[in-house]
Amino acid sequence: MASTVTQGRGAIRRRALGARAAFLGPGLLYVTAFMTIPLLLVLSYAFLTRGRFGGVELPVTLENFARALDPIYLRVLWNSILISSITTLLALLIGYPTAYAITRLPARWRTVALVLVVLPFWTNFLIRTYAWIVLLNSEGPINKTLVNWGLIDSPLELLYTRGAVIVGLLYAYLPLMILPIYASVERLDRSLLEAATNLGASKFRAFFDVTLPLTLPGTMIGAIFVFVPSLGNFIVPELLGGGKTVMIGNLIRDQFLKARDWPFGAVLALIMVLFLAGLFAAQAAVARRINGRSARA
Amino acid sequence: MRNIGWLRLPLLVTYVFLYVPLVVVVVMSFNGSKQPFSWGGFSTKWYGVLFEDTAVRQGLINTLIVAVGATVIATALGTLLAIGLSRFTRSALLEAYSLTPAIIPDLALAIGLLVLFSAIGMTLGLHSVLLAHVVFGMAFVAAVVTARLGQNDPSLEEASGDLGANAITTFFKITVPTLLPAIVAGALLVFTLSLDEFVIAFFTDGPATPTLPIVIYSMVRFGVTPEINALAALLLLVSFTVVIAAQRITKLTDAV
Amino acid sequence: MRGSAQKMSKMGAVGAVAVSATLLLAACGGSSSSAPAELDPNADLTKQTLTVSNWAGYYPEDLPAKVQEAIGTPLTIANHATNEEIMGKLTATGDSGIDVAFVSGQYAQALNDAGLLEPMHPDLIPNLKNLYPEATQMAFDKGNVFSVPYAWGTTGICYRSDLVSKAPDSWNDILQPAEENKGKITALATERWLLLPALKSLGYSINTTDDAELQAAKDLLIAAKPNLLAYDDTTFYSRLISGEATMAVAWDGWCNYGTAEDPNIKFVIPKEGSDLWSDTMVVLKSSKNKEAAQAFINFILDPANHAWVSENILYKVPNKAAMEQVGAELAKAYPNMGMSPADLLKEEVVVDVGVDSSKYTKVATEVTSN
Repeated sequence: MASTVTQGRGAIRRRALGARAAFLGPGLLYVTAFMTIPLLLVLSYAFLTRGRFGGVELPVTLENFARALDPIYLRVLWNSILISSITTLLALLIGYPTAYAITRLPARWRTVALVLVVLPFWTNFLIRTYAWIVLLNSEGPINKTLVNWGLIDSPLELLYTRGAVIVGLLYAYLPLMILPIYASVERLDRSLLEAATNLGASKFRAFFDVTLPLTLPGTMIGAIFVFVPSLGNFIVPELLGGGKTVMIGNLIRDQFLKARDWPFGAVLALIMVLFLAGLFAAQAAVARRINGRSARA
Repeated sequence: MRNIGWLRLPLLVTYVFLYVPLVVVVVMSFNGSKQPFSWGGFSTKWYGVLFEDTAVRQGLINTLIVAVGATVIATALGTLLAIGLSRFTRSALLEAYSLTPAIIPDLALAIGLLVLFSAIGMTLGLHSVLLAHVVFGMAFVAAVVTARLGQNDPSLEEASGDLGANAITTFFKITVPTLLPAIVAGALLVFTLSLDEFVIAFFTDGPATPTLPIVIYSMVRFGVTPEINALAALLLLVSFTVVIAAQRITKLTDAV
Repeated sequence: MRGSAQKMSKMGAVGAVAVSATLLLAACGGSSSSAPAELDPNADLTKQTLTVSNWAGYYPEDLPAKVQEAIGTPLTIANHATNEEIMGKLTATGDSGIDVAFVSGQYAQALNDAGLLEPMHPDLIPNLKNLYPEATQMAFDKGNVFSVPYAWGTTGICYRSDLVSKAPDSWNDILQPAEENKGKITALATERWLLLPALKSLGYSINTTDDAELQAAKDLLIAAKPNLLAYDDTTFYSRLISGEATMAVAWDGWCNYGTAEDPNIKFVIPKEGSDLWSDTMVVLKSSKNKEAAQAFINFILDPANHAWVSENILYKVPNKAAMEQVGAELAKAYPNMGMSPADLLKEEVVVDVGVDSSKYTKVATEVTSN
């Protein structure tokens, strides 16, 4: 009796192992083959020499890293971080009150309001960027309106500026800021707010002392959702920046698709990914601290 | 809650910001003039021009081939993966690993795949875009289905096993039907993402078979034309219809 | 801690494997012989299909229909925006799916050096005889061994004569513009033409590989950048039409696109001189439709067809018989269409500079990134 049970267990374990492999195997293999190995290849390319016609050659070198430290490229990196930060900040300034306002809407309007936020996001990215080429053009509606109203004499140079790039990125990713903030405000324990006001805090104080800190993790997720794709974006700087505003995404794209300098492109991509990984780690650390604190409280 | 007062302002700002550009493009798509910025009367002729455009049509066909293929493969792999993750392992690391393709910057994935395809000497074309789209598609399906599995009661499957059904029968008779809404949602997500995906396709597609986003990119780079306005308006119409329909469907299934 | 250290060393091992695999692939990649394929002059061209990559807007729209009618081969045209874009695609992997590519002469030369091109088969392209003799002896490919010219011309300044108070005549009008033109200038971004205005302004060769000269050109271009509206290889003529820009560094033919819409748009070759570029057709070695590819090139070189192309794209074609058909009216409306081969040969021919081309790439990256 006892022996049949153990035999049965062994069979079950073997079968479980087989099922495990059947379920997990294909997916994990696929991710490994088409994400991990490619990324490791990129990593290894960073240490090789550029082939004359694209691709890579020997010898192994650190020259690509040295080149990335040239002030010109550091400035591109810095500019990209700056532009993405301004975009994120603007998204926060518009997105937070919007998300907050949506949570205050009557329930049936809330869904409509959210769908309206998401709708543009589901339309083609290039088309959304294109809309701003139309809008900001020196012959476009904004300039025409301003001239017609007599506010300006000649059209302003709106397109092909850094401002245009920021507006384009903001437009592209604003919904990604609003949704996580909405979720975290929505989940907020109202009783905490009531407790605060009962204890005599003004609504203002209650917002800053209770609501804001507790929605910080959601806000940070929103910020990362805006910052990350902004930093790697090459379409908006190209289309709205007129090729004059170069971000790290453009630089990486150009190394692979134009300059055919794959090793240097690999180094730049590596820098971008490491920087973003650092951001994720920071977000996780802050979220842990806040969750820990609110759990204790 | 009753009176949202000053909070109307951010709502107004956001919706004006989000919708004015789209409205302008739609209005201009009915501009009869060839000059993009001067009004030449109402006309639908640019839609006619658009339907005659073989590059756009071929781009659409290419995109649909990739999106359908990627959706089918990604849904199958992603569902298996999700079940494996929640039923056969408790490893948070494995789960994070499987979902990474969904959060990794698209540019990083794009250059990685270009490097891989180039290293193994693979011809670039729709098949390489499809392979690439499956990577992130699978992660999205796995994420959606895993979330659903978290709410599911595994006792049904256990009961089925106790009653003598083998693993395969249990899988198709119990697991898949209870997961179906999540699987469909995941598939729809992949399909939509693949339809619109530009960056990865731009790197992994061959020059002879551009997908629709690549065709749009090359059109948009040639500046403002009435034909792109018409295309933009049509795409807006399609995606708005799909999103609203999806919203209705999920509402219905939620109600059930 | 131990666990993570183990993980790290495992990742290191995987990384090492990846590096060595890469090296192996890199080592194998370089070897490709370039013996011409045996082509069958009697091949059934209706059984072949052609995919051709050309610049968007650089061919008559009904070209596919005409080609199929003439040689029987279905033709698909893929568009590229710049030389660099199609080079990236052609060099990324073995078979790009492209049979015939349109690239500028120096890029054809580079593709040939990379062993990617099929030599031309003159016996299958009898219409080669229609080319100007000068066009068959271009420095990047003397005797049309691997490339056949499609169009040629020069680079200059395209400007709105009604919006500038003084007509430009020097590259310095672009590099150090008058106050009224600041912010209303576009420049070309494809590497060799990005550098051209500065190199010519400084009196250097456009094919220079001298580090000091390239550095001087780079400094000049960086100083000029704040006065630019945009870098633009593809739509500058529409910016001139709309008045967004008053001057553009431009290839002659695309300036004609502007002139067609607004006769105030004029073209000038600056006094410091310019280039003679040639856009060519090349057949990829990976093509499985080589007979049809040769027939396609022969079709283009037919005087009637090449004249038809020229009238459509408003570029000069290096085809003597065709240019005689294009006639004087076009030259009247678009003066640069009337330039003879002798006129063109006064300018410097752009050639590939081999391994030093990476210097140009680097300068271009640094100028646009600055």
